[in-house]
Amino acid sequence: MGRIVDLTNRALRRVAPSVLYVLAPLPAGWWLWQGFTGGLGAEPIRALEQRLGEAGLQLLIAVLAVTPLRRYLGLNLLRFRRALALVGFFYICLHLLAWLALDMNLLWGQIFADIARRPYITVGMLGFVLMVPLALTSSDRAIRRLGPAQWRRLHRLAYPAVLLGACHYLLLVKGWQWEPVIYLAATCVLLALRLETGAGGRRRSAQ
Amino acid sequence: MAGGWKGDQRWSDVTPKQAWLDRRALLAGAGAAGLASLAGAAVAGLGAKPSRWSTDEPPTAYEHITSYNNFYEFGTGKEDPAREAHRLTIDPWSVRIDGLVERPGTYDLGDLLKGVTLEERIYRFRCVEAWSAVIPWVGFELRDLLNRVGVSPSAKYVAFETLLRPEEMPGTRRRVLDWPYREGLRLDEAMHPLTILATGLYDEPLPKQNGAPIRLVVPWKYGFKSIKSIVRITLTDTQPYCTWNQANPREYGFYSNVNPNVDHPRWSQATERRIGEGLFARRRPTLMFNGYEKEVAGLYAGMDLRKFY
Repeated sequence: MGRIVDLTNRALRRVAPSVLYVLAPLPAGWWLWQGFTGGLGAEPIRALEQRLGEAGLQLLIAVLAVTPLRRYLGLNLLRFRRALALVGFFYICLHLLAWLALDMNLLWGQIFADIARRPYITVGMLGFVLMVPLALTSSDRAIRRLGPAQWRRLHRLAYPAVLLGACHYLLLVKGWQWEPVIYLAATCVLLALRLETGAGGRRRSAQ
Repeated sequence: MAGGWKGDQRWSDVTPKQAWLDRRALLAGAGAAGLASLAGAAVAGLGAKPSRWSTDEPPTAYEHITSYNNFYEFGTGKEDPAREAHRLTIDPWSVRIDGLVERPGTYDLGDLLKGVTLEERIYRFRCVEAWSAVIPWVGFELRDLLNRVGVSPSAKYVAFETLLRPEEMPGTRRRVLDWPYREGLRLDEAMHPLTILATGLYDEPLPKQNGAPIRLVVPWKYGFKSIKSIVRITLTDTQPYCTWNQANPREYGFYSNVNPNVDHPRWSQATERRIGEGLFARRRPTLMFNGYEKEVAGLYAGMDLRKFY
């Protein structure tokens, strides 16, 4: 096990994180192409919207997994975390855009009424809003300007943001379905691992 | 026959069969296989008679009606029924008719269909999830059947039940809903001429994913009321058990009439989107009683539709 982790870590050291910015958006382009050409079935708008949202959630859950993977398995994906998070945010932006423009046809009256009155939309929107300052302060310059301690505190907003995203999914399905439950459970486990090691984490950051 | 009709559609407004067959041919592209299967379908048609109850709106493509379905017995995904429903045995098929009827019994489907005149009914279809379609059903009026079996004077409701056969219906192995799926109507709703039992689609036998071999279609109610693959019809004097209503009474009422003014608690019902209109489909306003207000509003005179949703 340790050997596999070592080999993986060594191999990953040779991969530039910027590869993710090129590769990760490709599925979005492919789905859009399918949507244009009838490959997404009878309801391409809903299909596109769901795929974008699900991909965004998967990437953001992967971001939450980076720290536990390092702590418990020694797998070091830290260099990729920012790219994963920004691409995840990119998918959530596309998901939101698809909802606003394709699904809701920019019917702002109905859009604002839905944000205010439909819990799953309120929750999803709140998650998105929490991510905006994180995306805006993702550059090295922003980290320097804020200082590491303050930057770290601000970026704890990622925890509630992903949790809200997973709740958003659970709240929108009809009846009891597996997938949203699995995403929410994964998010909760990844967050709980942080609570458990919270004290140790703080000691390390103080060193 | 013209007596009760006050709609503004004319006979000449109905899309001629050849026109939609041509449209399907175009959709199928130049593929020779597609054209061949269409020709086959046209030959094997059920020969349903056109009906004055049909809308003149262009029907949704066969491909979309048969690939985007809610039929949780085969899975909760929209594509699951088209993939899984082939396992379903629909021959032999019988329907048990019991309760407050004069001639109860278990009827073979062939006997039920003997002597009925199959009509093509092109109806708007509105799902509670805010998507819609225009569907050329083939069927007959439910009241024809109810009159044949004889409704007792004390009957007030009709209850329906879907087949439950887990070995052929993989979705029923999990308790997503309280199986078997059940639905119900008030007797006057069931006797309305718009309410049909459908056995076909696009002049062909009903595909399994659409509720073969026999299903209910109530075009002014949300789609889940139109129960599929019926094995039992019971006349009762009490309001029947309805699956979605029991699963979540706040979200799914017994009546579940299409109503743009009464929202689902989690989403607006003011607008809807037609399936099959592509990536740039526009939302259209949802019509009261799904556009059948003139025909059915009288059934609910004096009722508060916000309370009886």
